[in-house]
Amino acid sequence: MPNSKSAYSFSNKKEKFDTHIIVVWVDNEAGVLARVVGLFSGRGYNIESLAVAQVDEKLKISRITIVTTGTPQVVNQIKLQLKKLVPVHKVADFKREDKAVIFKEMALFKIVGPNNKLEGALKACKKYHPVLLDKTKKSNVIQITALRREIDKMSKDLKKFGLVSVSRTGAVAMTRGADIFK
Amino acid sequence: MSKLYSGAEIVFKCMEDQNVDHIFGYPGGAVLPIYDELQNFKSIKHVLVRHEQGAGHAAEGYARSSGKPGVILVTSGPGATNVVTALTDAYMDSIPLVCISGQVPTHLIGTDAFQECDTTGITRPCTKHNWLVKDINDLASTIHKAFEVATTGRPGPVLVDIPKDIQFQKTKYNRPKKEKKLNGKSHNHFNQNSIDELIELMSKSSKPIFYTGGGVINSGPKASELLRELVYATGFPITSTLQGLGSFPGDDNQFLGMLGMHGTYEANNAMHDCDLMINIGARFDDRITGKIDEFSPKSKKVHIDIDPSSINKNVKVDLAIVGDVKTVLSSTLKSLKQKKSKFLKSNKQKTSKWWEKIQKWRSVRSLDYIGSDETIKPQYAIERLYELTKDKDSYITTEVGQHQMWAAQHYKFNKPNRWMTSGGLGTMGYGLPAAVGVQVAHPKKLVIDIAGEASVLMTIQEMSTAVQYNLPIKIFILNNQYMGMVRQWQELLHDKNYSESYTAALPDFVKLAEAYNCVGIRAKTPEELDDKIIEMLNTDRPVIFDCMVDKVENCFPMIPSGKPHNQMILGPKDQESKKITGKGKSLV
Repeated sequence: MPNSKSAYSFSNKKEKFDTHIIVVWVDNEAGVLARVVGLFSGRGYNIESLAVAQVDEKLKISRITIVTTGTPQVVNQIKLQLKKLVPVHKVADFKREDKAVIFKEMALFKIVGPNNKLEGALKACKKYHPVLLDKTKKSNVIQITALRREIDKMSKDLKKFGLVSVSRTGAVAMTRGADIFK
Repeated sequence: MSKLYSGAEIVFKCMEDQNVDHIFGYPGGAVLPIYDELQNFKSIKHVLVRHEQGAGHAAEGYARSSGKPGVILVTSGPGATNVVTALTDAYMDSIPLVCISGQVPTHLIGTDAFQECDTTGITRPCTKHNWLVKDINDLASTIHKAFEVATTGRPGPVLVDIPKDIQFQKTKYNRPKKEKKLNGKSHNHFNQNSIDELIELMSKSSKPIFYTGGGVINSGPKASELLRELVYATGFPITSTLQGLGSFPGDDNQFLGMLGMHGTYEANNAMHDCDLMINIGARFDDRITGKIDEFSPKSKKVHIDIDPSSINKNVKVDLAIVGDVKTVLSSTLKSLKQKKSKFLKSNKQKTSKWWEKIQKWRSVRSLDYIGSDETIKPQYAIERLYELTKDKDSYITTEVGQHQMWAAQHYKFNKPNRWMTSGGLGTMGYGLPAAVGVQVAHPKKLVIDIAGEASVLMTIQEMSTAVQYNLPIKIFILNNQYMGMVRQWQELLHDKNYSESYTAALPDFVKLAEAYNCVGIRAKTPEELDDKIIEMLNTDRPVIFDCMVDKVENCFPMIPSGKPHNQMILGPKDQESKKITGKGKSLV
C-alpha cells in the first residue's frame, strides 16, 4: 500500500472466517428485531440467515437465530454487543461444526410438470422425509427440513424435475440431550 | 381515589422524583402540552436554547461537570433530528443524557404527518435504548427506566418519544419503587483472583505504566482519589487519554501527559516499550493505539472496564477485569496494602531504570514550540490562559481541532469533571453550548470554552442563550482563519493543497459579541495578551475573546497515520534543530 493519506490506519490482515449460529432470547416488543439487525448492519457484521418467532407467550420472549460469519474476535464482539441491548436476556453461540447442537432449516419446493417428474422429485427428496403439502394434477408442494447445504443441493437437483419456486427459512438450533442453554 | 395526572404532568413528576433541576430544550407543536405544565413545577428550571443540538451539548456539559444526567426536551421531527448529533456525541463519550421528544399523536404515526419523523428509528443506533410510549399507563415506568438505563453500567444517552395525545391523557402516578438490584446490564462481577493476578503482574513488572481514560471520571470523584492513591502507592508512571484528563494531577511528576496521536513523546514511547500496561477505563481507541499491529508489542496488558464489549475489541488483553473503576481500584488498593505493604519501596529499584528512560524521553520536551514576539502562538495563548486561571478551579470546554489538542497539551487539569471535550465523535460546535450547560450547573465558577473560529461558528447562536440566563461563559477563540487541523493534514499529507480549509469573510468577533449584547475582546500581539486575558477574567458577563494567532502553526508532536507509537513526528524545533527563542521561551 502506498503511503496512507488518511487519518485512519489500514489493515491488510486476512483472517479466517468461521460460521457461527447465534441464538438470542429477547423481549418481544416493538422494534426489537430492528435493534438486533441494526446492530449487525451498523457494525458491519454479516447475517447469512435469520429466524425469529415468539417462543414464550406468557413472558413474551422471542427467540432469534442468526447465522453469521466472522473472525473469532468479531464473533466475540457480536455476542458482547448483543448482550448490551436492553431487551436481550441471553445470547448463545454455536459453531456450525458443533456436534452437540442440532441445526435445521425448512424449505418448500413447488414442482410443476407431468406425473413422472412430480414423483421423481418426491423420490429425490426421500432422504429428508418429505411432506407433500399440496398436490394437483400438474403440481406438487414438498416440504423438507434439512441442513443448509442439503437444501442448497436439493434446490439444484430438483431443477430437472420442474422446480419453479423455492421458499426457505433461516436455520433454527437446539442443543442435544437433556440440558438447555442457561 | 388517587389523583389523575396528565401525561405532561407525569413527565415532570418523574423528573422531580429523579431530582432533575435543569432541563435544556426548545418548544414546538408536539411538546406544547408539556411546556404548558412547566410553570407548575417550580423546582425544575428550563433553559431555552437556540437550536436543539445546543440543548444536547449543553446537557452533556451539565452532565460531565456535575455527574448527574443531562435532560433534554425537544419537539417532534426537526426537533428530534437536530438533537441526533448530540446524542451520538454522548453515546461515543459515555455521557448520561435523557432526551424527551414530542411525537405526533398516535393515530397520525406513519401517515407522514406534519413534523413527523421516525424518531425511535433514527436514534436507535445512537442511544443506549429508546422508547416510543403508546400507552399512558407505561409513561411513568418508562421515564424512570430511562433514567436508570442512562446512568447505570457504562453511561449513555436514552430517548423517550411521547406522542401528543399521550401527553393529554390522564392516569394515576406511582412513585418509582426503589429497586435493590441494578438492571442486568450493569456489570460488576470481577473476583478476587483477578485482583490478585493484577498485583502479581504489578510486582513482577520493571517497566509498568497506567493508561487511564474517561471511565475513571465517569466512575465519580472517588475513583480519581483512589487512582491517585494507587499511583502514589506503586510509584508507576501514568498517562491519560483525552477524556481522562483531570483524574490525575496534570502537574505531578508521575504524570507523563496525554498519550495518542498528539500525545507527548514520553507517554507514547512509554506505552510502546512498557512490559505492563494497566488500562483503567479507556478503550484502545484508534487515536490512541496508532498502528494496531505494532501497538506496545512487548507488554502484558490489563484492561479494567465496566463494559464487557470493550474488552478485546481492538486490542487483545492478558487480564480483563470487568467492573466499575471505583470498586476495582478500591479492591486493588486493599489487597495491595495487605499483601505488599512495602510495595513502593521494593519497587523503586526495580523501576529505576525505567524512570531513567522516561526522563530521557522527557528531556526531548516534545510540547515545546518556537515562540514569537510579533504573533501570538496558539500554544503560548493556552499557556498564558492556564497561568492566569490555574488558581480559580476553572472549567474548560473545547470545540474540535488544533485548539482542542493544544488545550489538552498545555492546560494542566488537577481535578476530575473540569474538562469537557468531544473526543469520540469529534463534534465541532460542542464547546460553546457545553459551556452553557457547565455554567448552569456551576453558576459561580469560571467556565471557558477554548475554541477555534471555525468550530465556534457552528453553534454561535447559543451566545444568545448565555446572555438570556446571565451565564458569564468565556469563549476564548484561537483565531487562525483556517480549519487548522484540516489545514495541517493538507500541509503534511496532501501536498499543501489547502482545499476549502480557509474561511474567507469571517465575522468580526468583537462586533458579533456586541450584537449578542455581550463583551468582545481582541488580542493581536503577545505583549497585550496577558492584560486582555485579565480583562476577560474580570468581566462578569459572557465574553467572546478573539485571540488572533499564528495562521500556520501545526500541532505537534504527532503520530502519523498507520505508524506505531515510537515513530512520532516532533515539532519544528526537532525537525530543524532550532532553538526556542523570544518571549515564548522565557515564559514557558
